[in-house]
Amino acid sequence: MRFHVDGEPVEAAPRPGQVLRTLLREHGHHAVKKGCDAGDCGACTVLLDGAAVHACLVPAHRLDGRSVTTAAGLGTPDALHPLQRAFVDAGAFQCGFCTAGMVVTASTFTDEERADPEALARLLKGNLCRCTGYRSIRDGICGVVNTGPAPAGDAAGRSVPAPAAVRVVTGTEPYTLDVRTPDLAHVAVLGSPHAHARITAIDTRAAEAMPGVRAVLTHHDSPATLFSTGRHESRTDDPDDTRVLDPVLRFRGQRVAAVVADSLAEAERALDALLVDYEVLPAVLDPELADLPGAPLVHGDKGPESRIAAPERNTVAEMHGELGDVDAALAAADVVVTGTWRTPRVNHAALETHATRGWLDADGRLVLRTSSQVPFLVRDEIAHVLGLDRERVRVFTGRIGGGFGGKQEMLTEDLVALAVLRIGRPVQYEMTREDEFRVAPTRHPMRVTVTLGATRDGVLTAMAVDELADTGAYGNHGVGVMFHSVNESTSVYRCPNKRVDARSVYTHTLPSGAFRGYGLGQVAFAVESALDELARELGIDPFDLRRRNVVVPGDPLVVTDPAGHPELLYGSYGLDQCLDLAQDALARGDGVAAPTGPTWRTGTGMALAMIATLPPRGHHAEVAARLLPGGDVEVDVGTAEFGNGTTTVHAQLVATALGTRTDRVRVRQSDTDTARYDTGAYGSAGVVVAGRALHVAALALAAAMERRAVALVGAGQGASSGASPLVAHGGAAGPTTDAARDEDAHDVRVVDGGVLVGDRLVTADELLAAGPLEADASEHGALRSVAFNVHAFRVAVDTATGEVRVLQSVQAVDAGTVLNPEQLRGQVEGGTAQALGTALHEEVRLDAEGRVTTAAFRSYHVPQMSDVPVTEVLFARTHDDLGPLGAKSMSEAPYNPVAPALANAVRDALGVRPHALPMTRDRVWRLAAGCRVAPSDAAP
Amino acid sequence: MDLTSVRTVRVPHRRDELGCAPGEVLLGGGTWLFSEPQPGVTGLVDLAGLGWPPLTVTGAGLSIAGTCTLAELGAATPGLPAPVAALVGACCDALLGSFTVRHAATVGGNVCLALPAGPMIALAATLDADALVWTPGGGERTEPVADLVLGVRRTALRPGEVLRSVEVPRAVLDARTAARRIALSPLGRSGAFVTGRVDATGRTVVVVTASTPRPHVLRFDAPPGPGELAGAVHAIDDWYDDPHGAPDWRHAMTVLLAEEVRAELAAAPPPAPAGRGGGA
Repeated sequence: MRFHVDGEPVEAAPRPGQVLRTLLREHGHHAVKKGCDAGDCGACTVLLDGAAVHACLVPAHRLDGRSVTTAAGLGTPDALHPLQRAFVDAGAFQCGFCTAGMVVTASTFTDEERADPEALARLLKGNLCRCTGYRSIRDGICGVVNTGPAPAGDAAGRSVPAPAAVRVVTGTEPYTLDVRTPDLAHVAVLGSPHAHARITAIDTRAAEAMPGVRAVLTHHDSPATLFSTGRHESRTDDPDDTRVLDPVLRFRGQRVAAVVADSLAEAERALDALLVDYEVLPAVLDPELADLPGAPLVHGDKGPESRIAAPERNTVAEMHGELGDVDAALAAADVVVTGTWRTPRVNHAALETHATRGWLDADGRLVLRTSSQVPFLVRDEIAHVLGLDRERVRVFTGRIGGGFGGKQEMLTEDLVALAVLRIGRPVQYEMTREDEFRVAPTRHPMRVTVTLGATRDGVLTAMAVDELADTGAYGNHGVGVMFHSVNESTSVYRCPNKRVDARSVYTHTLPSGAFRGYGLGQVAFAVESALDELARELGIDPFDLRRRNVVVPGDPLVVTDPAGHPELLYGSYGLDQCLDLAQDALARGDGVAAPTGPTWRTGTGMALAMIATLPPRGHHAEVAARLLPGGDVEVDVGTAEFGNGTTTVHAQLVATALGTRTDRVRVRQSDTDTARYDTGAYGSAGVVVAGRALHVAALALAAAMERRAVALVGAGQGASSGASPLVAHGGAAGPTTDAARDEDAHDVRVVDGGVLVGDRLVTADELLAAGPLEADASEHGALRSVAFNVHAFRVAVDTATGEVRVLQSVQAVDAGTVLNPEQLRGQVEGGTAQALGTALHEEVRLDAEGRVTTAAFRSYHVPQMSDVPVTEVLFARTHDDLGPLGAKSMSEAPYNPVAPALANAVRDALGVRPHALPMTRDRVWRLAAGCRVAPSDAAP
Repeated sequence: MDLTSVRTVRVPHRRDELGCAPGEVLLGGGTWLFSEPQPGVTGLVDLAGLGWPPLTVTGAGLSIAGTCTLAELGAATPGLPAPVAALVGACCDALLGSFTVRHAATVGGNVCLALPAGPMIALAATLDADALVWTPGGGERTEPVADLVLGVRRTALRPGEVLRSVEVPRAVLDARTAARRIALSPLGRSGAFVTGRVDATGRTVVVVTASTPRPHVLRFDAPPGPGELAGAVHAIDDWYDDPHGAPDWRHAMTVLLAEEVRAELAAAPPPAPAGRGGGA
């Protein structure tokens, strides 16, 4: 058959049952993404004879004679479609994986539709964005300009667009699988049909004999080395409890075997031919039962070398600590409040699913191109598990379609590595959206009990937190999430008597992992709800209650151990400003009227959160910056870009230090073969660790350029040909510009294209004629600062239906120096939108046998444009002593205060406190039962 | 998504080529079929080749082909009396999929899929439409669409039968209509969808979908009072439970929405609402 794609004719013979999406991608049209493959997310939207459709639902056999337009056909980086230009100018994306489909869909809208927010929300209900919170997308469609270029040397603090912007909006930026690899084989995985079972026999012969099958991998082929899918700087942070393929299956969906075949279809068909005998074992699905005597053990076979706190009690980690005497303080308190709060499993729902493509390079080295936040940690662990030298493994990433902590996991790389080494050919493993819901780790569900005691005038005297976290079948991030969850959520309060009892337990359910905020959001929901209750009991304004009890500079940051985190400092402090900003905004209002009618109640609520600016115990970045002919600057940095915006900020920091423009900065990133090392993009470290290192390297490069320019000018025109390479080292950076000035009477400064010595421009090419100019630097995260967020809501709640309508949403943040206001606003809006999803909609549900029943976007509700209200974002004015140019991280943090602030507003409206997330309409309707009995008496 | 178990695709151009062999299934718009793995499906029989006109106005009323897309149906509303057009618009809007799905999703597919929240089922049942079913061997039969849907993913269609069209009787096209919908989120999958119609004679039909596994058609010879309608709703005893709403909430919402539908139908005929179907 013959059809047209972006104006070019295509001859194709689609396979029976094939859809347009895969046909287009097989022909190299990578602007068409796979988000869900089910018509729910819109990432593959194309125009089919002018009508917007989901390419994943279009039967390919119907294409003869038809015309398809992708985002790459709407416009090109050199000739953008007006809407693509508008998306760039608005900064209407973060990871950008949804953007191509979003642009194609919106290209069909009329002016009237663009002007009507409700129409836009309706028309875009089939286009999901997990990153932005949609405000910037609406801006893009409506032509609002939020970004722009910065003058040379003056990029920091300005809303410059992401370097990849024109490629993202045209669908030409290559994500993980958007490259062509000849002779590619594919992996399909058979998942466990049981929550707990042992494989007693597995017959692969029939499968191996099927057409196209190159290998079948079972536990017999698996390395015996135990590891954890969760990755941290120190591999001993996580328990070694996982094998690539394990004869014991500990949750439904766990890998039983993998087929490697010439095509995905052949691999999937061969799964049906695998004959597996299982010995079904008793399972524990309820975390409340997991550590009781007699409970089936999830990792009872593990010894101390696995670093599990108590495998005989299904306990991966626990913490018990007390400061002062909580019981005595509670007995003496004027007021005591207590409650128990529950939070659900939440799926990351990054629009790009986990995927890896691997091959052997010309030297026989194993190469993995993967969707990972932590390529260096993956390299190290792949080498460890497979018994390879680290130098024999290269791991790199393209741009990544969203992460949120979900890609701080090794979920696909190990299997691809094993398959590549087995068959010697390129191999790809791409998880489906259903896989993402059934087997990819979720946010840790928790049950948290908080008890607070206080004096009559609102001074906290006792705080007790009891936490039970369900880490699922494997302990990836189970230890770290548990310890972090009770950290800043409690240490932000000054209280002489504190007790924390926390446990994280194994169950035979899908694993929990790392997710934006790393446990803080769950515990903050409980602590901030309890504080709200305390404010009510005391008759004190909730903002004032916080002011009386939050830490201020000089106060130790203590959970229960006064010697806990000596490296955690107040590099800056803006919590006081955040409280004022949010409270003032709420008092000012936003002019949105509450719905009228006897069934509606209104209320306000607030909550705060503190977060350390990077993870503890070291987070490393080793970077380099070098001058290129023509005056561009190349930097090598390990940080991956997945919508975090780090690449933009890195370019800003480098351009600022070197007096140049951001488009002069070429960032070579997230490749173990270019940058020397990077722990990875997690724990909000991209700006304060790698960014700081890059800033230091760029300053050192500037100093080196200036020294050489002075030397060249001093030696007369032209360079001495015998000059040796001048390589400066970051540690010696400092105020070298002044030093250079002292050397010479001339004013010397780096500028766009070279160095100005007096009025003489020494060009980059002149500088480089005397040898390369390069500087490197490293940062190790030895000291950490703290950042703050305060969220406030005004809501209306319909007691008749349970609808929670946000009338006003405001978040005040202390991020230190704001390096890119539009990006920071986007991070706060996006974190707020994700948290609203957790607060109101999202829950990975399991049935009584541990089976996930919400395995698609149509049953797991990720916020659509219509679900996300505008959030006013306010910045505190602080300057951090530790971060680059005074900046602090702000990527996880905005999530944390949102759910409790909303729950507190619902409590204010209804007079009844929510104790569980999500606050779906059916649950809120039940909460409001008392309000319906006598509506006339229920005025707040 | 690719249906990897499929080995054959047939595109019949004549009715006698329609019969499905074992493993073959009919393909309408494909918006559901290609949205989930279909284990066991080895062949597709594409209805598009039959070239059925999407909408036909006949002396008997309006004939909506099984292959008529929701976009085509929505686009036809300007030619319909305003109250029926409004109901069509509301039902198209009630589809979980956006306008990008409506370009392909078909009326027949939505009915035959037999999901609780099947808005074309609600539309047909509210308009007392019949399903015209082609039977194997060249015959045909009719059955009210409301009776065709037996439960979740279960219909009264027998093997080899094909839903040829949904036949809307002419008499109902002059009726007044009302529709109310609620979901756990503003544009999410319906948790309760109540549609209603009152004829010039006062004969009233209220249809409950989405909150129950199958449509419930409540009939009244004269416009019911609040108590009478609520009583009929309370008599329903199969409230559906899935991630789109708890059964007790769905029950309560159905009572609430039904009363709003009743009140709107009982009020003086409102000004013709604009058709809200379609999209871009």
